[in-house]
Amino acid sequence: MSTKFGIERLGIGLLGVCLAGCASRGELSVIRVEGSDTMVNLAQAWAEQYRQIRPDISVQVLGGGSGVGIASLIDGNCDVANSSRQMQPQEIEKFQARHGSPPREFIVGYDALAVYVHRDNPLEAISLQQLAEIFGEGGRITHWWQLGVNEDPRFGRIVRVNRQNSSGTYSYFREAVLYQRDPQGKLIRRDYGLGSIDQSGSKDVIRLISRTPGAIGYSGMGYQAPGVKMLKISRGPGQPAIAPTAASARTPDPSQRYPITRPLLMYTVGEPEGPVMDYVGWILSPEGQKVVEALGYVPRGEG
Amino acid sequence: MTSAGSKAPERGPAPGGLGEMLLVVWDRAEPVIEFLIRLCGYSAILFVFAIFLFVFREAAPVLFGKLDLVEFFTSTRWQPTSEIRPSYGILAMLVGTVSVTALAMVLAVPLGLGAAVYISEFSRGKVREALKVLVELLAAVPSIVWGFIGYMVLGPMIMQATGAAVGINLLCGGIILALMSVPIIVSVGEDALKAVPDSYREAALALGVSRWEMVWKVLFPAAQNGLLAAVLLGVGRAIGETMAVLMATGNAVQIPRSLVDPVRTLTATIAAELGEAVKGDIHYRVLFVIGLVLFAVTFVVNLIADLVVKGVRRDRAA
Repeated sequence: MSTKFGIERLGIGLLGVCLAGCASRGELSVIRVEGSDTMVNLAQAWAEQYRQIRPDISVQVLGGGSGVGIASLIDGNCDVANSSRQMQPQEIEKFQARHGSPPREFIVGYDALAVYVHRDNPLEAISLQQLAEIFGEGGRITHWWQLGVNEDPRFGRIVRVNRQNSSGTYSYFREAVLYQRDPQGKLIRRDYGLGSIDQSGSKDVIRLISRTPGAIGYSGMGYQAPGVKMLKISRGPGQPAIAPTAASARTPDPSQRYPITRPLLMYTVGEPEGPVMDYVGWILSPEGQKVVEALGYVPRGEG
Repeated sequence: MTSAGSKAPERGPAPGGLGEMLLVVWDRAEPVIEFLIRLCGYSAILFVFAIFLFVFREAAPVLFGKLDLVEFFTSTRWQPTSEIRPSYGILAMLVGTVSVTALAMVLAVPLGLGAAVYISEFSRGKVREALKVLVELLAAVPSIVWGFIGYMVLGPMIMQATGAAVGINLLCGGIILALMSVPIIVSVGEDALKAVPDSYREAALALGVSRWEMVWKVLFPAAQNGLLAAVLLGVGRAIGETMAVLMATGNAVQIPRSLVDPVRTLTATIAAELGEAVKGDIHYRVLFVIGLVLFAVTFVVNLIADLVVKGVRRDRAA
């Protein structure tokens, strides 16, 4: 009995494979999307929604990191590269050597990089300068009492939680927080201090902070979880401390804008055509942008 | 090699035509089978060389010239993606690897050799069989599971017990690596003890020593080389481990000042950074140079272990 059932199912399965095969010859096309670890949840949500609108297009999403996606786009192994950082000149050069034209860049939303501490940490706000002194090379802030947290013995040394140095989030936080302008407007660049606990994913950072009272780290705004707390950030002493929200991330007023906001990018091989063009177009449409908002990121918006 | 061919006629007339035919086929097939088996043997050599060549080819462009080898081995500044001053110093990671391995061995050697002595000399019957199976089972636990235990269970325990600021650190990684090396030390160590002839034990006991004295004064010196090989294989396991240390040591580039400071190992550095390093970049190639360093270290450790084991065989033959 069960054998017969098995054979029947096998038959149905084969029929399915055949149908899929036939369909692909005619209609079904596959879009391969690869890249940013920060954007992988978002890319999967887009792919799922899009399947309901265009069943004839199958979107396959892979993570791996911004660098992996870009390398894959250069090698021709994917159609769309998700990236939370801009392509480096070296990468664009390689791309041009391979494809004969520069890649096309799309801003598909924004990500506010939130600074997280343990849920029990009494600290509410922090300034960019203070963050630079915590994370930067030769930084002078090493203990929580220097930030006014001195009642709870669990908050002694500051445990810096960082990302692996090849990640897009790592280089963006460095650019937004450690690189500061001096009074003359000259950009002073600074490296991270060594000795931080380096984690390989956005979620790993949050998990470690939720288990380590003395920890501080950064990840996308969408990674908020019960064990951790987001800090408000000010541009400097005396400036307003701004909480990371969708509204504060893209407000036109620079003094009210959340300071650590970055664009989320998609790269395609030249000007996209056919299904890829349809897909990117849909992502930029109000419907695709609704998904961005639902996942805790910031839509492109009008302003 | 030709012995099977010459032996076949000695078996006399085969009972039936089929048997005779099989013998003929076997005779013809033997050289082919021999060739295939030889190929399997050589393939191991081929793979080792292919892997070494691949790692070397990726590392070579920076190995001669672009990479300052003195800085590489003596600097603790590891800033490969810096936009101001990229630095490629692996001293902190070297110290990390050595300190985690050393701590693991301090814990694993007494535990492993003690267990080997107990299984080989003191346990009997079912207990002994059960212990052997369990030790083998321990060796089969995947390293990611060990890493997870370190991160989820051992880390918080260390935080509670020592008041350390963070649970994943040198101590956590060392304990996890020790637990991973113990099964190897136990099984190789037990084999070494078993290889000591019973006449040694009988002679010692006949002289009136206690069993413990027999183990300490007679078996250990007699099995010396085999036990050393067991320890060295454990060291090799600890140095090469990646996944578990990536999760359990904290991955901080610094020279540890205490047992509860987070550290980073060479293997973890490659695992964490290679995936997203720009292919062909200096950073990418330096990670392969680290691979060469690891290759050299494990090669030396295995070579010593091998020479020591050969010493055992020669001793036994003499």
